[in-house]
Amino acid sequence: MIECKNLTKIYKTGNTETRALWDVSFKIKEGEFVAIIGPSGSGKSTLMHMLGALDTPTSGEYFLDGNDVSNFSDDELAVIRKKKIGFVFQAFNLLPRASVLRNIYLPLVYEEIPREKRYEMADKALKNAGLDKEHYNHLSNQLSGGQMQRVAIARALVNNPALILADEPTGNLDSKTGEVILDTFKKLNKEGRTIILITHEKYIAEHADRVITIKDGEIENDSRKSNQKKIKNIKE
Amino acid sequence: MLISDIFEETFFAVLSNKVRSGLTALGIIIGIASVVTMISIGQGTAYDISTKIESLGSNLLTVSPGATKVIGMNAKSATGSADTLVIGDADAIEEKIQGIISVAPEVSSRQQVIIKGSNTNTNIYGVTETYPQVKNVEIELGTFITENNIRRTSKVAVLGPETRDNLFGIGVNPVGEIIRIGSLDFVVIGVTIAKGGSGFGSSDDLIYIPINTAQHYLTGSDSVNNINIQVEDEEKMTLVEEEITTLLLARHGISNIDDIDFNIMNQADILDTVSEIAGTMTLLLGAIAGISLLVGGIGIMNMMLTTVTERTREIGLRKALGAQNKDIILQFLSESVVLTFVGGVLGILLGWAASSFVMKISDTTTIITTWSIILSFGVSAFIGIVFGYYPARRAASFNPITALRYE
Ligand SMILES: Nc1ncnc2c1ncn2[C@@H]1O[C@H](COP(=O)(O)OP(=O)(O)OP(=O)(O)O)[C@@H](O)[C@H]1O
Ligand SMILES: [Mg+2]
Repeated sequence: MIECKNLTKIYKTGNTETRALWDVSFKIKEGEFVAIIGPSGSGKSTLMHMLGALDTPTSGEYFLDGNDVSNFSDDELAVIRKKKIGFVFQAFNLLPRASVLRNIYLPLVYEEIPREKRYEMADKALKNAGLDKEHYNHLSNQLSGGQMQRVAIARALVNNPALILADEPTGNLDSKTGEVILDTFKKLNKEGRTIILITHEKYIAEHADRVITIKDGEIENDSRKSNQKKIKNIKE
Repeated sequence: MLISDIFEETFFAVLSNKVRSGLTALGIIIGIASVVTMISIGQGTAYDISTKIESLGSNLLTVSPGATKVIGMNAKSATGSADTLVIGDADAIEEKIQGIISVAPEVSSRQQVIIKGSNTNTNIYGVTETYPQVKNVEIELGTFITENNIRRTSKVAVLGPETRDNLFGIGVNPVGEIIRIGSLDFVVIGVTIAKGGSGFGSSDDLIYIPINTAQHYLTGSDSVNNINIQVEDEEKMTLVEEEITTLLLARHGISNIDDIDFNIMNQADILDTVSEIAGTMTLLLGAIAGISLLVGGIGIMNMMLTTVTERTREIGLRKALGAQNKDIILQFLSESVVLTFVGGVLGILLGWAASSFVMKISDTTTIITTWSIILSFGVSAFIGIVFGYYPARRAASFNPITALRYE
């Protein structure tokens, strides 16, 4: 489903160039649960933006379902995002002063889903994310952090995307709530969705079937679950 | 984006900042209201002037002595100062020209008028019995000057209502009273109906006497100041004007048109000129008011730019979730259009109220026409689009990642 060939992203600020990503190549098959791990500033978020069609690479190719997304226009990328991808942002990024339901509708608005169908879809997504019905009409800024995270996950699920990208989804949560959220992702993965989870904590990465480690914009390691022990050993 | 979604977004956005939306709309309200009011005053004034001109008689040609043509550096004698026009000219026009209803020559002079103790200065008009028909004069009391009065050179007078009020008191019936004009006594035989208007050219402060009485006792010559001609219908006015010119040139023995010693005023031409001036005035008033509308539009743009900056993260989020550029443009454009639209409607209502108020407290007529409403509506929608487009375009141009990171 995903294929990166020599992906490179260079940020230019004045005269200095930052190599956020350097010559990154890998493939992710449909239905995989992949964790991307690496220290701060290693280029994880940059990679997620590339994979999520939020940004285009400086050079290299990115194929999503066989389409070369790297030279798509802004609007073409927007269409890819709304049809195929669900994002869970690190900072929740909910619409302030809007109800939970309106937040979850948002991707459906741009897909021009008829209003009657939206409630049904939102309800299903919220159930999947594990949010109680009593919160549906609360304003997003009246929710607790954990509830906000569930709303953010529900919003990523609502348009039934094939690919879910989550950037530090448990970053702001206590470990118990974090586990619950991770279980939700596992459940979604079992339903057949491809999941890419970004984190800098190893114990979270362990939940995934495959872990890609990046450092200074390059892939350092790419391992399946069977040899995860090996990674641990290398790290320690 | 569905239309209903655009409305929902706009509704939430406008209501989430009521004070700011209200103040921005107020700019448009004031702008539109002043355009509507100013145009209504301009239109009303134009209407006032043209009804006034029409009340002086319809399809009127007025021949006066003197020429207005300028030859070389020397203007020829000014209108009305020469005595080249005589009563015979009027008779000739009546006899020889086809397509006219009536001819009414007039002689005017300013004289002192005295009744027991009180005296005043006013215009004395020597006229014929055809005068009321040609110049739309109606009688309130008594009778107007008759053919008989003229034949006998009678010393009778018909008073304008204002003159009557000045000499005898408001509403008094002066018929049968004696007044002294210059050094002669006249019997009052009637009073005309007020036409309104004041100052120069007032048709209410004057005295009518038979034309030959005026020539014989007051001016002492047979020249006339004007010959008024009522033409059968508007289309014939130019033709009749040409025929009268030819006739009078022949009668005055003038072969070179440059030496012409009279001039003819065509009422239709005056109306045209006046409505042109009134149109220019309306345009000017509208343009001045338009400046406040422009300021209102800049207010919209300012507010939208602030909104766009404040909502940068929201815009980034929307784009990340799949909003295309057109969705973002539509959302912000509809916000500014809704504000100007609401402002436009309220502005028209306010302008309406203001022009009714102006009409109530002053003599000025105000007229609100459909076109001025359509115009201001169109202008406000146009302003919403023009001044909202740049901020909306700016919002759409944000890169989703940069926008999401904006603090
Ligand atoms: N918009 C940008 N302009 C310039 N440099 C940038 C920009 N975004 C990222 N970078 C640089 O690219 C590098 C990778 O950044 P990135 O955000 O991908 O790191 P990360 O792995 O997500 O780190 P963290 O775990 O702290 O979120 C960093 O050195 C960063 O300074
Ligand atoms: Mg990051």
